[in-house]
Amino acid sequence: MNTSTSTKVSPRDRVTGTPFTRGLGILVLAGMVLLIVLGLFVSPADVNQGESVRIMYAHVPGAWLAYLAFIVTAVSSAAYLWNRTRSLTWDRIAGASAEVGVLFMGISLITGSLWGRITWGTYWTWDARLTTTAFLFVTYIGYLAVRGLGGTHQQRARRSAVLALLAVLEIPLVHFSVELWNTLHQEASVAGRGTNVDMDGLMLFTLFLGVVVFTLMYVWLVLHRQRSLTLDDMLDDSGLDNALTARRAEAEGMAR
Amino acid sequence: MSNSLKGSLPKNSSAVIATARLIAAKDLRIERRSRVLLNQVLPFALIVMVMFAFALDSDAVLERVAPGLVWLATLFSVLVMVSRSFAVETADGALDQLRSAGVPATGIFIGKMLALMVQLMVLVTLLVGAAVVLYRASFSWEGGVLLVTTAIAATCGLAAVGTLYGGLAAGAKGRETLLPLLLLPVVAPVLIGATRATESAFGTNGIAISEGWPWFGLLAVFAVLFSVAGAVAFGPLLDD
Amino acid sequence: MSPIVHEPDTDVVIDLSDAVAVLGSFPALAGATLVVRRGEIVLLRGPNGAGKTTLLRLCAGLIPLERGQGHVLGVDLKNDRELVRHRVGVIGHNNGLYGDLTVTENVRFWGRTVGANQGEVDAALQRMGLNGRLANLPVSRLSAGQKRRTALAGLVARRAELWLLDEPHAGLDAAGRDELDQVLKLAAASGATVMVASHELERAGQLATRQVEVVAGQIRELGAP
Repeated sequence: MNTSTSTKVSPRDRVTGTPFTRGLGILVLAGMVLLIVLGLFVSPADVNQGESVRIMYAHVPGAWLAYLAFIVTAVSSAAYLWNRTRSLTWDRIAGASAEVGVLFMGISLITGSLWGRITWGTYWTWDARLTTTAFLFVTYIGYLAVRGLGGTHQQRARRSAVLALLAVLEIPLVHFSVELWNTLHQEASVAGRGTNVDMDGLMLFTLFLGVVVFTLMYVWLVLHRQRSLTLDDMLDDSGLDNALTARRAEAEGMAR
Repeated sequence: MSNSLKGSLPKNSSAVIATARLIAAKDLRIERRSRVLLNQVLPFALIVMVMFAFALDSDAVLERVAPGLVWLATLFSVLVMVSRSFAVETADGALDQLRSAGVPATGIFIGKMLALMVQLMVLVTLLVGAAVVLYRASFSWEGGVLLVTTAIAATCGLAAVGTLYGGLAAGAKGRETLLPLLLLPVVAPVLIGATRATESAFGTNGIAISEGWPWFGLLAVFAVLFSVAGAVAFGPLLDD
Repeated sequence: MSPIVHEPDTDVVIDLSDAVAVLGSFPALAGATLVVRRGEIVLLRGPNGAGKTTLLRLCAGLIPLERGQGHVLGVDLKNDRELVRHRVGVIGHNNGLYGDLTVTENVRFWGRTVGANQGEVDAALQRMGLNGRLANLPVSRLSAGQKRRTALAGLVARRAELWLLDEPHAGLDAAGRDELDQVLKLAAASGATVMVASHELERAGQLATRQVEVVAGQIRELGAP
């Protein structure tokens, strides 16, 4: 991705699409259509859960993507801090991934909550996985809030990178503490709520398809968002060029 | 461009230790002079404890949830204390001066963390006392040992995270609401661990004291992790 | 543009060439060139918003050098600005003091950051005329001028080689301003270099060895006052 300021085409007029993303986008659309058809209509209902099992096709990929997005943010943040040249591209990838991650996390939490309500009667339970996801969700919102604090691009990048890595530290702590709590106290009922679904071949395939399609969608979203963030930053920089010129002209004018 | 970690790792460990002592002493001296903890935070925490009693209005329930309430009141107070700890630095630009003087950031972090920890220990001691009085909690000698060690680990963890995020939010716009948003989720493990350990110490619901020690372990891990993380990350966070 | 020569034991304390520094996305300094030598007292003149404060903060190593070149006390501002900080003292609109602590405690604190002993602290207090009844007053009870002197005592105790002062005369009465000028001249005489941003143009002759004007982020030499 070319990050040098180009004075020929203003960042405002550039687009974030490329042949690759267009192709990818079409693939995602087609995949989604296939997923909807398979997931909502063709694949069989579950023996135990009935039609409500179809929520799984959105919930499981959503949860998977939420964690993938988080990992990408963490790795990009580490790359930013480690990289000698401190390329802001890493910072933008981290930010884009976080935004998309919050989206998928929300999807995962909502669908999971609905699924739980229908199948097991409760909207929520404090098992390790759910609690960790909820925690991640709130942490990400804090992360996005900090990204919006302003200052130079490097300041933003540094603050967010530190925050993302601290979040990585937190995840095992939160997960472990909740699990420890549950095992010590034998929290009954829905602690054993895993995917206790008898899955036949088509369901498995649909689920797999769901994960693949959502992942491609994630990539598409992050690519576009990362590019648009780059354009935002370029706009700031070119703003600096213009402001510099203006200020120097001001100095000339006052010198006379 | 400079290495991101340059200037944040201690170039000279004795300078870091000297700085930490200097800053911790300064923070505690300011508290002794201004008595904010004594006159404002402690009464606030006590009022929170009393308010809980009003809201829950049942001795049986209160006794059951006493451990959680103690640490909840502590968490709320931490927000105020961290805010205060950094308000002192930003009121007249002292933090800027500290940075401008090239004082090692790790030392500043450790110093402020230690001062915060001391004040938190005072707070927790008082709140446990309040729980004994208001919620009819009680503990044996062995439970007392568990309580003290839990308190040390928990306050250390809270002080570390508080100082770290307090530094991040210091001087930022909207910091009064940013700090709770950032801090409260992060200290969730401390709330869980400290509450469970305290439950064991109090013998709430017949939980044995031996069950409390794994929780102390969790708190200790948290404290160590975030003390180290803070020591390393504080410098980059402060820098422009 | 003069060529930049960097000898380690040079007499040059500040050496900026076409320096650009930003506040957010605004180029507060838009190409500043300046050379200051040891022992000088430089007066920065210019309208508000011209970039004087940014210039001071840049020389203190507090903000990054966005473009151009800059060396302070031999330290490269682009890569190593953290290293110059402990040798430079900045007093801006704030004083960097702890209001609840006394004058002595504040000065001692700042002195201790470089390992100064009580003797040096006392000397610093004395130089600023703070060793009398003011010594044990909490800083919050001092007047603006007294706070300013306390902050300067902190610089003395810290053995700062470069003093960067932003409107130090503000809030001082006539006697206080004279005193401040005396103190600054003594500091320069004992090896420190002083750069003062000020609107106090009448005092220029008494205080400064050289004047410089900051206009719209750039610098113009005005010579001796």
